[in-house]
Amino acid sequence: MTDDVEPVVRLEGITKRFPGVVANRDVALAVQRGEVHAVVGENGAGKSTLMKILYGMQRPDEGSISVDGQPVRFSNPGDAIAAGIGMVHQHFMLADNLTVLENVVLGAEPTRRGMLDVGAARAKILDLSGRYGLGVDPDALVEDLGVGDRQRVEILKVLYRGARVLILDEPTAVLVPQEVDELFASLTGLRAEGVSVIFISHKLDEVLRVADSVTVLRQGTTVTTVAAASVTARQLAELMVGSALPTPETRESTVTDVVELDVQGLTVRNPAGRAVVEDVTLRVRRGEVVGIAGVEGNGQVELVEALLGLRASTGVVRLGDRDLSALSTRERRESGIGYVPEDRHRQGLLLSAPLWENRILGHQRRKPNAKGPWIDRRGARADTERIVREYGVRTPGIDVPAFALSGGNQQKLVIGREMSDSPSLLVASHPTRGVDVGAQAAVWDHIRAARRDGLAVLLVSADLEELIGLSDTLVVMLRGRLVATLDPATTTPESLGSAMTGAAGEGAA
Amino acid sequence: MSLLTEERQEPVPVAPTPSRFDPRRLLLAVAAPLLAALVALAVSSVALIASGSNPFTVYARMLSEGTTLRSLLITVNNAVPLYLSALAVALGFRMGLFNIGVQGQYQLAALLAAAAGAAVTLPGPLHIAFVIVVAMAVGALWAGVAGVLKTARGVSEVISTIMLNVIAGGLAAYLLTTYLQERVEGSNNSRTPLLPESARLPDLDGLLLAVGIEPPQGTRLGGFLVVAIVVGVLYALVVSRSRFGFELRATGLNPSAAVAAGVDAKRMTVVTMLLSGAIAGMVGLPQLLGQSYSYGLDFQTGLGFTGIGVALLGRGSPVGIAFAALLFAFLERSSATLQRIDVPTEIYVIMQGSIVLSVVVAYEAVRRAGVAQAERAVRRATEPGAAVDA
Repeated sequence: MTDDVEPVVRLEGITKRFPGVVANRDVALAVQRGEVHAVVGENGAGKSTLMKILYGMQRPDEGSISVDGQPVRFSNPGDAIAAGIGMVHQHFMLADNLTVLENVVLGAEPTRRGMLDVGAARAKILDLSGRYGLGVDPDALVEDLGVGDRQRVEILKVLYRGARVLILDEPTAVLVPQEVDELFASLTGLRAEGVSVIFISHKLDEVLRVADSVTVLRQGTTVTTVAAASVTARQLAELMVGSALPTPETRESTVTDVVELDVQGLTVRNPAGRAVVEDVTLRVRRGEVVGIAGVEGNGQVELVEALLGLRASTGVVRLGDRDLSALSTRERRESGIGYVPEDRHRQGLLLSAPLWENRILGHQRRKPNAKGPWIDRRGARADTERIVREYGVRTPGIDVPAFALSGGNQQKLVIGREMSDSPSLLVASHPTRGVDVGAQAAVWDHIRAARRDGLAVLLVSADLEELIGLSDTLVVMLRGRLVATLDPATTTPESLGSAMTGAAGEGAA
Repeated sequence: MSLLTEERQEPVPVAPTPSRFDPRRLLLAVAAPLLAALVALAVSSVALIASGSNPFTVYARMLSEGTTLRSLLITVNNAVPLYLSALAVALGFRMGLFNIGVQGQYQLAALLAAAAGAAVTLPGPLHIAFVIVVAMAVGALWAGVAGVLKTARGVSEVISTIMLNVIAGGLAAYLLTTYLQERVEGSNNSRTPLLPESARLPDLDGLLLAVGIEPPQGTRLGGFLVVAIVVGVLYALVVSRSRFGFELRATGLNPSAAVAAGVDAKRMTVVTMLLSGAIAGMVGLPQLLGQSYSYGLDFQTGLGFTGIGVALLGRGSPVGIAFAALLFAFLERSSATLQRIDVPTEIYVIMQGSIVLSVVVAYEAVRRAGVAQAERAVRRATEPGAAVDA
């Protein structure tokens, strides 16, 4: 900004090898004082290794790091913190049962005569919070805070330790649109005070909204650094994957008039007896994608789990001409429901089991995985090979445990599995969450292909562009009810966003 | 709101499903038990030195004592009930259930099977089969109580099976001393009536002679070994080759994913407890059918708890458990005469304990190495752009 030229942080020629792999190769990054500098790239492009090096968690094999023009050498995060570099991890590291103040000072407690100096800590926290516009209440209990607030506590924790360079690892992955806005407002405050922010993301529209400059990594090396104002999201994405890429748009309609999924008066109550899904009536026709939009926590999870029979509900669920209401989860799945769960680690995979055993999961009583009461190993293995091939799962083999694959490849495997044995309904929750751009395009292709093949698709997502781009019909879920039905052709992310918060009024349904 | 949590699934201590042959994976699999054995040897040596003995003298004595033909036969005989006990525990482990109640299950099963066997008249093989079936049924029902408590009321099976052990012990003593006992002249032992000849299991000495081994006087190879081998093979088939076994392992690896895959978690819990209990019910049978022919106050106890250690050491694999059971039985047998050189026999308990402890640590270390190895392999194969030089 002022006497520019000399960046706050400069990394030059960084190379980091792991046995058999070069994670970073001759990477260069220069971050100016008071700028938001985005680092983008697909999963596996080397973003996290680079940040671990900058934060002292790993040592580079070659290359140099300098802070304020002085060469430095970090052997642990403590050194990085001492040099004014702090990191906010994607997964928060806060103690729920402590207050904000206690969390912030934890490990760096100011003391007076051997006692925690609460007064000094509170004054410093309030000062930082006011100066950077973070709006944090030091006496709130962390367990009472929402995700956005927790994130600001994490940021405050780092600032409290004197950081002038802040590394944010995928900070928006866990936020809803409103919280993203608040985060970006905070970043603006930080920038105004001369703090530099390194922002790791693969949501390019967000990167462009908040960043001043963008460094693109591909396959372990720097592709380029550009001013955010001079590129479009599409150009950035093409730099990331190194080629032109597809969009989520689905144009020619394949919707038939045969109703495949027919839900009537579905109600789910939580243990306290409150309706978390209330009187939902919904139809999905063959060849149609119905997108469910809504701020998370408005009953989408419960609705999906009720459809799968994972949660008790009242009302009627019909698939084709079959009444599923009284059937078990297995019977429902075997009637033709494919299920791509929101959290594949929790509901979709046996992480420590090999891929071919994961292929069997959910299909353990069906061909080609079972023969009578026995598992058909040969059949399952052969079909896993088919999925790996047809769905482009990048893996050295089918005996690899599932945890070793990247998120995108795990998701391709899950989708391939759920699309086998010709389902008639695909329920997909946040199908591109935590997957990289390349895999995201592949997932969209598979959903479009399913629709073309005449499947009914129920899509739940927090990615508004994805919802608008893929859906034939959009319904908005708010406090457990379907409150609006929208035509994606005439819907923008902005209008959808306001419908999600109830701003559009409830008469539209 | 629910986030994408990167929930780590803590793997239960079981062997990975055998797949394609991979020398590095095999090396890792063998490394853990070897490492554990070395640590255990070190710990035992310290214990021996602390108690004023020379570890080398003791080990030499154990080796010479333990490898006589007589000792080896006794070792095999003693390994059989340990093996069954460990299989019962391991079956539960596979789906994340801890059946600590093998103790009570086999006590009650052996008592009722002994009483029922003595009360009926049946031709030979049928009579033996009848006793086995009664024992399995009693063990299954007793374990099933814990299964039903867990699914119906959410009671942890760890707590309920331990409590059921105490109840089983009391119940067995009560039944034995009131309804089921037979007075024996000149003894103050209470026991059930002796099983008739038709319910006694023949020994395998004929088999030994056929291969040219002559068992020493007074030592026999028990016939229940055959049953144990059959149970081991069935266990392997069911756990790693059947649909039921897949659902069982899936539940153990990731309960939420198993439920989402259509596995009925409650049914699995009850069925697994029933099966585990049925195996546990057989633990007392080698003694009942091949040695004492009755259940008395002096019936062997403690096999249920030792079985937990054997199951841990064997990593839930039927072959691993067989080796572990033999090792435990060998340690016990070979230390039997240590008293003659003024070393307490109980040294074998220290050895068994330190083996189990070091095994848990060694398996964790090896598991981590395996994880790192798999991740490297995938990175190497899927990032050709970054793959390299050197």
